[in-house]
Amino acid sequence: MNWMLALPELVLALSGLVILVAGVCMKKEDSFVPAAMLSIAAMGVTLFLVPLTPDGNGYGHVFVNDGFARFLKILILAGGILATIISIGYQRGSSRLPFETPVLMLFSSLGAMLMASAGNLITLFVGLELSSLSIYILCAIERDRLKSAEAGLKYFILGSLASGLLLYGISLVYGFAGTMELVPLSMIIAGQGGLPLGLQIGMVFIIAGLAFKLSSVPFHMWTPDAYQGSPTPVTAYMAGAPKFAAFALLLRLMAGPFGMAAPRWQILIETIAGLSMLFGSLAAIPQTDIKRLMAYSSIGHMGYAMMGLAAASATGLRATLVYLAAYLVMNAGVFAVIGAMRRGGREVTSIRDLSGLSRTHPGMALAMAVFMFSMVGVPPMAGFFGKFMVFASAWHAGLYGLLAVGGVSALIGAYYYLRVVKVMYFDAPVQEFDSPAPSLSFVSAGMGVVTVFFLIGLGVITSAAEIAAHAIAG
Amino acid sequence: MTALSQIGLTPFLVVSAMLLVLGVFGIFLNRKNIIIIMMSMELILLAANLNFVAFSSAHGDLSGQVMTLFVLTIAAAEAAIGLAILTVYFRNRGSIQVEDVTMMKG
Repeated sequence: MNWMLALPELVLALSGLVILVAGVCMKKEDSFVPAAMLSIAAMGVTLFLVPLTPDGNGYGHVFVNDGFARFLKILILAGGILATIISIGYQRGSSRLPFETPVLMLFSSLGAMLMASAGNLITLFVGLELSSLSIYILCAIERDRLKSAEAGLKYFILGSLASGLLLYGISLVYGFAGTMELVPLSMIIAGQGGLPLGLQIGMVFIIAGLAFKLSSVPFHMWTPDAYQGSPTPVTAYMAGAPKFAAFALLLRLMAGPFGMAAPRWQILIETIAGLSMLFGSLAAIPQTDIKRLMAYSSIGHMGYAMMGLAAASATGLRATLVYLAAYLVMNAGVFAVIGAMRRGGREVTSIRDLSGLSRTHPGMALAMAVFMFSMVGVPPMAGFFGKFMVFASAWHAGLYGLLAVGGVSALIGAYYYLRVVKVMYFDAPVQEFDSPAPSLSFVSAGMGVVTVFFLIGLGVITSAAEIAAHAIAG
Repeated sequence: MTALSQIGLTPFLVVSAMLLVLGVFGIFLNRKNIIIIMMSMELILLAANLNFVAFSSAHGDLSGQVMTLFVLTIAAAEAAIGLAILTVYFRNRGSIQVEDVTMMKG
C-alpha cells in the first residue's frame, strides 16, 4: 500500500487529534492561541506536503491523487490557514471563541481535501459530511449569542437536506450504473451512448446537492442568514474552503464520468450560473449589513466561476480554477477587514460603520477598496483575470446568452461594491474603530498586495490550473 | 431464494421514493416544530439507504451495503450535532417553533 498518496491527509488527521487532546489538557482561558498556532502549523506542513505527493489511484480505488486534486487541496488549505489566522485576531474583548474552533476548521479542511481526492462515491459522501458537520458546529460555536445559534440551526437544516438529496442521487447513480467507482462509472456511461433516465435523475439530484453547498440560486436561501449570524472567522472559512471542495466534486463528476453527457447538464449549469450571477447582484443592492452583502456577493461569484464549467471545455475548467484562486485571495482579505471592524471591543457589521474609514484608518480603507475593485473586476486586480478567463471561455463555447447575463450582473455588481468604496472615502467619519489586531492587519495587507500583484503569479497559477484541468478532462 | 428475486426491484424503489417525498414535504410543509424537521431528514437518509440495499442485492455487489453502514454512522453523527445545535438555540430563544426562527431576514 502506498502511504505517500494520502500522506497530507494522514498528517492532517493525526495532528488534528493531537491538537484536540492538547487543547483539553490546557487551561480553558488560554488554550485558544496555542491550538490555533498548532493547527496553522499542521495545515502549513500539509500544504507543503501536497505538491510532493505522487499521482495515482489507491486504497481499492477510493482515493485518487492528480494535478486537479493537488490544485484544489492547496486552495482549501490556504483558505483554512487564512481563516484560522483571522480567528486569532477575533479573540478580543467580549468575543471569545473556544479552542475547538481552529480544530474544527482543520477537520473541515480535511473533509474538503478528501472530497477533492474522491475516486469513489462513498469517499465523496464521507468527505462531504466530515466537512459539513464541522461547519454546522462552527456556525453555532458562539453558544451564548442567539444569532450564532440561529445561523447554525438554519445551516444545519438546509445543509442536511442537501446532503440527503445528494445521497439519494448517489443511490440512483449506483443503482443504474452498478458501481460506486468513478473510473468504471465513466466507462459505463461512455459505453451506453446516451444517459439512461435513472442516471439522469441521479445526476440532477447530485447537481442540486452540490449547488446547495455552493450556495447557488435556487439553493441559496441559507447563505445570507448563515453568513450574517456566524462569527466572522467562521464566515471567512465558510466562504472559502467548502466552496472549493464542492467545486472540486462538481468539476470532477461533470467533466469525468458525466463528461460524455455534457449536452444534458450544460443547460442546467448554465441556468444555475446565470441565475446566481443575476440574483447575487440584484439582491445585494438593498443590503445594509456588510456580512450579508458578502453573502450575496459570494452567491454571484459562484455563478461566475460556474460559467467556466458551463463552457464544458478544458479551457473553461482552467478558467474556473483560476477564478477560484482569485476569489480565495479577495475573500480572505475582505473578511480580515470585516473582522477588524470593532468599537469598544464589540463587533459592528453595518456598512454605515465604514463611513470615513479613509481618514481614520487609511490602510484598512485602502485594502478594502482594493478588494472591492478586484471583486468588480477592475484590470490590474486579481478578480479581473478570473472574470476575463471565464468570460473568454464562455465566448469560445458560444454561450452568448450567459455572457450577456454575466456582463449585466457584473455592471450591477459594480454599483454595490463601489458604494462601499464611496462610503469609506467620501462620507463624513463616524466614531473611530479600535486599532486592528496584528493578525488581521497581516491578512488584509498581505492579501491586498497579492490582489494588486496577482499578474506576477498568474503564469504559475494558470499553468497549474491547465495541468489540473487536463487531469480530469482527459 | 431471496425476497428480491420473488418480487423484483420495483416495490423497493417505490417505497424509497415515497419515503423521500414524505421527508421533503415534512421539511417544507411543517410549520410547527424543528424536531419534526429532523425526523423528516432521517426519513430522507433512510430512503437512500433502502435504495442502496435493494440495488446492492440486485447487482450482487457489496459496495451498496458498505455505503449503508457509512450512512447510518453519519446519520447518527448528524442527529447528535443537530440536537446539540437545537439545545443551544433553545437556551437562547426559549422556543423551538419554526415560526420563531426569524432573528435575521431579508
